[in-house]
Amino acid sequence: MSSQSTAPTAAQNATLDSKCPQGPIQDRWDRHRFQTKLVNPANKRRFHVLVVGTGLAGASAAATLAELGYRVSVFCIHESPRRAHSIAAQGGINAAKNYPNDGDSIWRLFYDTIKGGDYRARESNVYRLAQISNHIIDQCVAQGVPFAREYGGLLSNRSFGGAQVSRTFYARGQTGQQLLLGAYQALMRQVGEKKIQLYSRREMLDVVVADGVARGIVCRELGSGKIESFAGDAVLLATGGYGNVFYLSTNAKLSNATAAWRAHRRGAFFANPCFTQIHPTCIPVSGSHQSKLTLMSESLRNDGRVWVPQKRDDDRPPAAIPAAERDYFLERKYPSFGNLVPRDVASRNAKQVCDEGRGVGSSKMSVYLDFGDAIARDGAPKIAEKYGNLFQMYQRITAEDPYHSPMRIYPAVHYTMGGLWVDYNLESTIPGLFVLGEANFSDHGANRLGASALMQGLADGYFVIPATLGSHLAGRKLPPVSTAHPAFAAAEQDVQQRVERLLSINGKRGADDFHRELGLIVWNYCGMARNAKGLDLALGKVGALREEFWHNLRVLGSAQELNQSLERAGRVADFLELAELMIVDARHREESCGGHFREEYQTEDGEARRNDAQFAYAAAWQHTAPGADKGGQPSWSLHKEPLNFEFVSLSQRSYQ
Amino acid sequence: MSADHAPSSGMRLTLNIWRQSGPADAGRMETYHLDGISPDMSFLEMLDVLNVRLEREGREPVAFDHDCREGICGSCGVMIDGNAHGPEAETATCQLHMRSFADGAALTIEPFRAKGFPVLKDLVLDRSAFDRIIAAGGFISANTGCAVDANSTPVAKSDAELSMDAAQCIGCGACVAACPNAAAMLFVGAKIAHLGLLPQGQPERSKRVLAMARQMEAEGFGSCSNYYECEAACPKAISVENIARLNRDYLRAGLTTRD
Repeated sequence: MSSQSTAPTAAQNATLDSKCPQGPIQDRWDRHRFQTKLVNPANKRRFHVLVVGTGLAGASAAATLAELGYRVSVFCIHESPRRAHSIAAQGGINAAKNYPNDGDSIWRLFYDTIKGGDYRARESNVYRLAQISNHIIDQCVAQGVPFAREYGGLLSNRSFGGAQVSRTFYARGQTGQQLLLGAYQALMRQVGEKKIQLYSRREMLDVVVADGVARGIVCRELGSGKIESFAGDAVLLATGGYGNVFYLSTNAKLSNATAAWRAHRRGAFFANPCFTQIHPTCIPVSGSHQSKLTLMSESLRNDGRVWVPQKRDDDRPPAAIPAAERDYFLERKYPSFGNLVPRDVASRNAKQVCDEGRGVGSSKMSVYLDFGDAIARDGAPKIAEKYGNLFQMYQRITAEDPYHSPMRIYPAVHYTMGGLWVDYNLESTIPGLFVLGEANFSDHGANRLGASALMQGLADGYFVIPATLGSHLAGRKLPPVSTAHPAFAAAEQDVQQRVERLLSINGKRGADDFHRELGLIVWNYCGMARNAKGLDLALGKVGALREEFWHNLRVLGSAQELNQSLERAGRVADFLELAELMIVDARHREESCGGHFREEYQTEDGEARRNDAQFAYAAAWQHTAPGADKGGQPSWSLHKEPLNFEFVSLSQRSYQ
Repeated sequence: MSADHAPSSGMRLTLNIWRQSGPADAGRMETYHLDGISPDMSFLEMLDVLNVRLEREGREPVAFDHDCREGICGSCGVMIDGNAHGPEAETATCQLHMRSFADGAALTIEPFRAKGFPVLKDLVLDRSAFDRIIAAGGFISANTGCAVDANSTPVAKSDAELSMDAAQCIGCGACVAACPNAAAMLFVGAKIAHLGLLPQGQPERSKRVLAMARQMEAEGFGSCSNYYECEAACPKAISVENIARLNRDYLRAGLTTRD
């Protein structure tokens, strides 16, 4: 990192207007929708919206905008929009329905989310999310999502971490799949009606900014390698998070940050990149061949008890360790939330007991998640009904039977709270470029609660963007644009040159090899615990690795064909820069909050110690070396969006 | 065997893999030898090892589709010794581990083959025919915003469970690949059952089945003649009962539809 300025000018800061409405928080979304310009129904078909990504956020946005009458083009990296990574979400989706009558409310969901995010999210956004949550469940049921039911035919709920109410709706352990299929089917209905043009196997490699407004994208058609441009009146990025910067994560293999990073390089600020979520219940790493990690749903913590032996290096099999010699460390330290503490807390505690030498398994880097008591209490069939597919998945991967011996779990990278900075309209700092779902930074602060990602993705797509897009389409003068505009030729040329550059280095190492090394650096120094010394070291290591990448990369094949090595190389090139920004952000935030745990800043009992006086802001980074795309040194300047807490008072998070 | 045991010294394998440079290429089998494979590796990780080696030797790696690697996205899927997704029941290719194969085994790895699934390269397919079948009718028309309160539509638990059993389909196409007729009726039947078993799915039930069946035929898929290979190959164990539901709905719609 070269010229990081921490004192942005007033002019720069003026661009960071969150556009959050004022007044009573319950009325803000209503008031904002009323004040946002509407697009006349007859005019909607004149506007062409480009939607990139077909996960929950992208598919729901595309379907809804087409229903409203806009012309929509949809781009997905997969062979089919149904394969987007939202499909893999397991546990559930939150809503404040209060069907169980256990004291839930919109206000409580709002409060839990702000607190769970360790007071680093925007109140206005989070309140809106809680309000919309109930409409999402209604919409999904209407589409035919087969949620779990009680015998009376009404919807069933379960509990998730960070909450003391049961507000999670679920479809066995495949909630993401069922919600995505609902959105995908709504999308395909519009494709069938010719209101949406679907472009699959397209990777977005640049956003085209014409006369200061996002007016198109450049893609590579992955089958033929053809570079294509598309022009439109607004660009919506719903391209997911950047967890794969760590190489090993629970993200799917195609999940990548390239679309977001290309937008960042064109002027979209990137916010809170160091806020990454390490999920506590994943299947531990088994060997160096490992290509990805598998999550076991957090819902397992409803019935599974987390423990390790009290003694270090206790090699007895779990059944031979009597209850009195086990440490149920979450129940011991957090009696009121027990095994259902938020993810960041559960992960950090698992790491801590393993660091103490009390981990289990051959690597000593895992803890038990034990269903013995639940099976004794409820019987195996009842447990199978709730978690059968998860138990089966565990057994398939590990060849161990969780009905008879405890699962072994360890934290793994799962979700990224950081992302492109957006205002209340979900618009980035590039006018006309909107960012939805995990790709934006807006709603989860420094830690996301379980079952809230699905809620946010669908809130953004079904309900927020259809209402806020008018601010751009009706609020700005948009001259007609086509791919003949010189900005398109320039962007296409940039993309071509970059592809050719990757192919021409002709070094010795494949992109995956660089990616593994990068992932290990980020995991070791910018993972579950961070400190200034390690981050400084990591910065040097990442810089050196990026330097080597641009001199020693080897990509076989050509640009004019299906070339998976070339695809991966481009993504790794972007991860190499993004990793640097993560480290810069983690270094600058001299406090601990949520998933960002700086070892220098902790309480006496090892909990995160925030510094609200200095760091109650979202850190939005501006790329200041847009020409340095050829392996040169990136640099950033920092813009701060202050976070004001008018309705929830800032306090030390306690789950005890 | 578990990760807790000492790693084995490694398996030796002979791989006969379908190589095809593009849609127009005739394609051919090529043979590769691999050793040092851990039984704890997944099948796709074994292919990763092969590809790293091929890249190092300056030869083009084998293209294959994959994404989530946890059996839910439906991207992966190859024929292994003539079985769609390989030898294990209810297991997608990405969930298959090398411990399912014997040391020294020779494996034949080919793409799913069906007229409706053209090969793009090596083991990569174009399964967009499935998308077009869904676009024809595999949905409930409920525009965003018009929904009533979720609990105002009770669904019997048994119906919800049966619907969910069918809704688990991952759209991988193994049913088509396993069927001697290359029929897509398990895929279509699963969607018909998912939506048709729910009260929300009733208004469009007839229209849906007719439109989906029409598109299924137009895509070049065959018809079911009760081999039940599809159910055996399905990584989600979707039952052939759903084909019976499809046939019943189709017959009923043909007799009663006013469209």
